[in-house]
Amino acid sequence: MKEFFRRRKLKNFYKLDENEIEQFKDIAREIRCSILTMVKEAGVGHIGGSLSITDILVSLYFKVLKINPKKPGWPDRDRLVMSKGHGAAAIYSALAEKGFFPKEELKTFGLINSNLQVHPDKNRVPGIEASTGALGQGLSIGLGMALAARLDRKDYYTFVILGDGETQEGQVWEAAMFASHYRIDNLTAILDYNNVQLMGNVSEIMEIAPVAEKWSSFGWEVLEIDGHNFDQIIESLYKAKEVKGKPTIIIANTTKGKGVSFMQNNCKWHGSVPTQEEYIKAMAEVKK
Amino acid sequence: MIAMREAFGKSLVELGRKNKDVVVLDADLASSTKTTYFAEEFPDRFFQCGIAEQNMMGVAAGLASCGKIPFVTSFAVFVTKRPADQIAVSVAYPGLNVKIIGAYTGLFNGRTGATHMAVEDIAIMRAIPGIVVIDPADTVEIGKAVQVIAKYDGPVYMRETRDEWPDVFDCDYEFEIGKAITLKDGDDAAIISCGVMTSESLAAAEKLKEEGINVRVVNMSTIKPIDREAIIKNALETGAIVTCENHNIYGGLGSAVAEVLVEEAPVPAQRIGIRDVLNECGTNRELMEKFGMSATHIMEAVKKVIKKKK
Ligand SMILES: Cc1ncc(C[n+]2csc(CCOP(=O)(O)OP(=O)(O)O)c2C)c(N)n1
Ligand SMILES: [Mg+2]
Repeated sequence: MKEFFRRRKLKNFYKLDENEIEQFKDIAREIRCSILTMVKEAGVGHIGGSLSITDILVSLYFKVLKINPKKPGWPDRDRLVMSKGHGAAAIYSALAEKGFFPKEELKTFGLINSNLQVHPDKNRVPGIEASTGALGQGLSIGLGMALAARLDRKDYYTFVILGDGETQEGQVWEAAMFASHYRIDNLTAILDYNNVQLMGNVSEIMEIAPVAEKWSSFGWEVLEIDGHNFDQIIESLYKAKEVKGKPTIIIANTTKGKGVSFMQNNCKWHGSVPTQEEYIKAMAEVKK
Repeated sequence: MIAMREAFGKSLVELGRKNKDVVVLDADLASSTKTTYFAEEFPDRFFQCGIAEQNMMGVAAGLASCGKIPFVTSFAVFVTKRPADQIAVSVAYPGLNVKIIGAYTGLFNGRTGATHMAVEDIAIMRAIPGIVVIDPADTVEIGKAVQVIAKYDGPVYMRETRDEWPDVFDCDYEFEIGKAITLKDGDDAAIISCGVMTSESLAAAEKLKEEGINVRVVNMSTIKPIDREAIIKNALETGAIVTCENHNIYGGLGSAVAEVLVEEAPVPAQRIGIRDVLNECGTNRELMEKFGMSATHIMEAVKKVIKKKK
């Protein structure tokens, strides 16, 4: 895998300055804290897959996406579809950090009458572009958005975040075929390749490797990165936007539960709620 | 006489000329659903999705969320059952403006066979919150309905039949979502019908008249939202109801009508439709007889329900 990345090593045309990286790390810390607190308070939610996607969300919301939190319905905005809808805690926290709604509202996550449902609802939350939660559906939705942009000759861009276990769904591959058939180059998929799903490791539950070769054979441009390295994430996102004539997927090698030692790479933390003790320990680790 | 699918295809082209936001998605059945006319005139707004209905439904959701009005078309079985979860989650839950058109409905698809007969599509679509469900009676109604559902902002499921059936409406008929229309008056009982069963119901009513029985025939093409007032009114005025549909009697028009009767105006009722049995090949007429859905069967049901009147 590492070798594959080197083979396709991106030209380092984008380099973040130290200050920017520090700033992103701060935001990521905030988001990780929010995720842990939301799930702890609500007694429900998905910590592992939220922590693994945090750095990517920071890069998107605070650098790459053309969006305006004051105008969530702006027709020319870039779209981000969270196909792995159980990453809701992460995306809500990112949206709140970005100013789409008050951070205070995060406390209502998963409660009765809350806008912050356990899976994202596009009609309840500004900044949520698609209602997801049943895995496998988001790439198709993103493709519809990309087609609409093409029909309207608009230059907004669509990103879709996929879970690795999620790509076991057949619909994802229907969509993969569709995307290259229609030469969709105003959409990029980001694969949260943490190699863990609900019941265990992806490679044990249902192997999806070789991932790069699969997508590439479906006609996609493939970039492979460390999904917790801001330089690489942002560089790949900009690089992907430049690819013409075909869709791009960024295979982001990530760690499920990133930032909390006892949660990392352990499917137990896909959907478990921490005890008070675990919560305190986890918070101390992510704040470091 | 033309088939309903022809009328649908032509009306869709007319709509396409009026509204540039209308786009059509197909899963390799355009020649059967007659979206070929649209594809010929508007190739840029027609998306061939291949034999992949789940993706097709999601793409439609994305298009709709960016202001397009996608008509998603295939056989009713493939555009409802296969992507049922995509319809529920990607389309209906966010209330997106997607028009799902299911062709080859019920038993009457020539000899296409059991796997291609949609006998549970209405039940499935009706059970998903937020979807309008329509089974038009003839070419006039489907032609008008295409224009009307495009103006309605929200998910719609509409049925389209393959073969030629007698028309029941004049050209000046105006279709309205959720509004039942009385086609023939009578006070002994009311037949509430949808889809191609409406013409069969009218035939039954004509024959019953010769026997001195006057039944009312009401076309209730919108199954959701159901026209509750019309059901109550017909129940109170005639005291007996027969429903007719080209669908399983479980979960379709008959069920929808019975639900209202039970809650608001309990009167004796009979349901004509597929009686939860497995389908098979045959000509439309043969199937109609075998499955108990011909005018003769409707007449029997009317007589039976009248006997039960208080
Ligand atoms: C269609 C569908 N089947 C099953 C589930 C239940 N489910 C929720 S998350 C999950 C595992 C997802 O694993 P992955 O895609 O790898 O996500 P991540 O590791 O990023 O959390 C499962 C099976 C679902 N939400 N949708
Ligand atoms: Mg995973």
